[in-house]
Amino acid sequence: MLAFLVRRLLLTLPILWIVVSLVFGLIHMVPGDPVAQMLGEGASVAEVEGLRHDLGLDRPVLEQYRTYITGLLRGDLGISFRNQETVASAIMARYPATVKLAAASMIFCITVSVPFGVISAMRRGLALDRAIGFVSLFGVSLPNFALGPLLVLFFSIALGLLPVSGEDGFSHLILPAITLGGGSAAIMTRMVRGSMLEEIRQDYVRTARAKGLTERAVLFGHALRNGLLPVVTLLGLNAGGLLAGAIITETIFSWPGLGRLTIQAIFARDYPLAQGCILTIALTYILVNLATDVLYSVVDPRIRYD
Amino acid sequence: MTEFLRKNKLAAAGLFIVAALTMAALFAPWLAPYDPADQKLMDRLQGPSWKHPFGNDELGRDILSRILWGARVSMRVGATVVLLSGLAGVLIGGFAGYVGGKLDTLVTVVVINSLLAFPGVLFAIALVAFLGQGLDRLIFALTTIGWVGYARLARGQVLKVKTLEFVESARALGASSMRIFAGHILPNIVQPVLVQASVGMAIAILSEASLSFLGLGIAPPTPSWGAMLNDARNHLFDAPHMVVFPSVTLALTVLSFNFLGDALRDWLDPRRESSGTMSNF
Repeated sequence: MLAFLVRRLLLTLPILWIVVSLVFGLIHMVPGDPVAQMLGEGASVAEVEGLRHDLGLDRPVLEQYRTYITGLLRGDLGISFRNQETVASAIMARYPATVKLAAASMIFCITVSVPFGVISAMRRGLALDRAIGFVSLFGVSLPNFALGPLLVLFFSIALGLLPVSGEDGFSHLILPAITLGGGSAAIMTRMVRGSMLEEIRQDYVRTARAKGLTERAVLFGHALRNGLLPVVTLLGLNAGGLLAGAIITETIFSWPGLGRLTIQAIFARDYPLAQGCILTIALTYILVNLATDVLYSVVDPRIRYD
Repeated sequence: MTEFLRKNKLAAAGLFIVAALTMAALFAPWLAPYDPADQKLMDRLQGPSWKHPFGNDELGRDILSRILWGARVSMRVGATVVLLSGLAGVLIGGFAGYVGGKLDTLVTVVVINSLLAFPGVLFAIALVAFLGQGLDRLIFALTTIGWVGYARLARGQVLKVKTLEFVESARALGASSMRIFAGHILPNIVQPVLVQASVGMAIAILSEASLSFLGLGIAPPTPSWGAMLNDARNHLFDAPHMVVFPSVTLALTVLSFNFLGDALRDWLDPRRESSGTMSNF
């Protein structure tokens, strides 16, 4: 397992280097002049040149690239153009909010998909199964930027139950978490249903029933434990995807997280900040995928990596 | 085919909606009751009425007309992205799988794995954000992330097909490598690529809408469903219809392409038990 972990961690290094280089290359292909944009239309040529020199943007691109890479190796992501704070501190200030949102949406996803998936499998072909199928069908197809405003319309405006935006306590977390996790919950409900239908046909379930166990013990003590294995895979894959989804969800709900910071940095042409945000999201995505791989072997002892 | 559609109601529904969308996209200039950019400030934020069945937006533009014109944008982006990324993916992935060796390692381990190592939408956002807005740049960004899926699929299929007997016999008959690849192998991997293309349409349309929602996709005033939803966010209180109609249209579109993908899979491979993402519903 340790050898596998080391190998996987080493494999992420070239991938990270490619990601860093791609993002750096993209940013320097930008048609607009960020300095002129920062200073506004009234700025003189001397002012623009002065600031460009201060920010190091007048140096050759390769030299900027070398400086950036050596900085990264020291954990220095650069200085944000706009408010002169370090990119690392700007990201660290917003990162916890995104983690909180992603964790809440994962919890929502699990608490909805596992019970509804199991109920759906147990009531296969009946009205309840069809109703759950119908709702999850729309959940799969409705993107989060459509689901979010629809939830606000219903829960905030029509019923007046939940706040529209912001980040002040638990009530503010509910709608963004449902928006971010809604699609995953719908897919996972189908997955749990399919997986459970597969498990309850297995011999060990028949044996459990034959020895007189209650249906509840058969389901939750035996079938569900095995039925959840493929769900862990999907959960891990979705966890990485949640970070990308957070960009849209945070924009809808003005949630002060990394996703919103990324979009703000892009619109402000704050290169170092945008670069840092994208790299942080990419790194988190890679590490979450690695953690999922490790988790497989924990939940399924048949999987061995070495 | 008729028999298949009669038995598979979801496939028939998917096909019907996709056909309707294609019609809307092709004939939007004739079908739309109003000019999608025509501003009637007196009618701003009006709810649905006989005159404007889907209501008006914050500039008094007719939402039904904008949705019909938006279908044009969505279908154009979807079809172009699927065509370009499918072509590039099949050729690159298929060729790498066929040739094998170092080229295969380079393509799969370095390029495909790196591109799959971080979220596609994030990469598309970065591309469009730094390259600038516009239909061609959007298509470029979505193709850049889209071809990888096809390449991985094509490579896997080619690895399977190239060991089959008919390839051996073509080689024994003296066919050149290029002829075997283009004339014998590629036609035999078309089926799974077609299925992927149908799901790919849904993904491309959703990605276009996501980027336009963030203000990074199609530039206004060209109607796009994502941009319409972005405009609607500011009027949730006074004009909820601005959210409802584009949302439902987008959901139906995604759903129908997914149905179509599942149906294609079952139709092209009848031996396979239906197990698509949507067919369980």
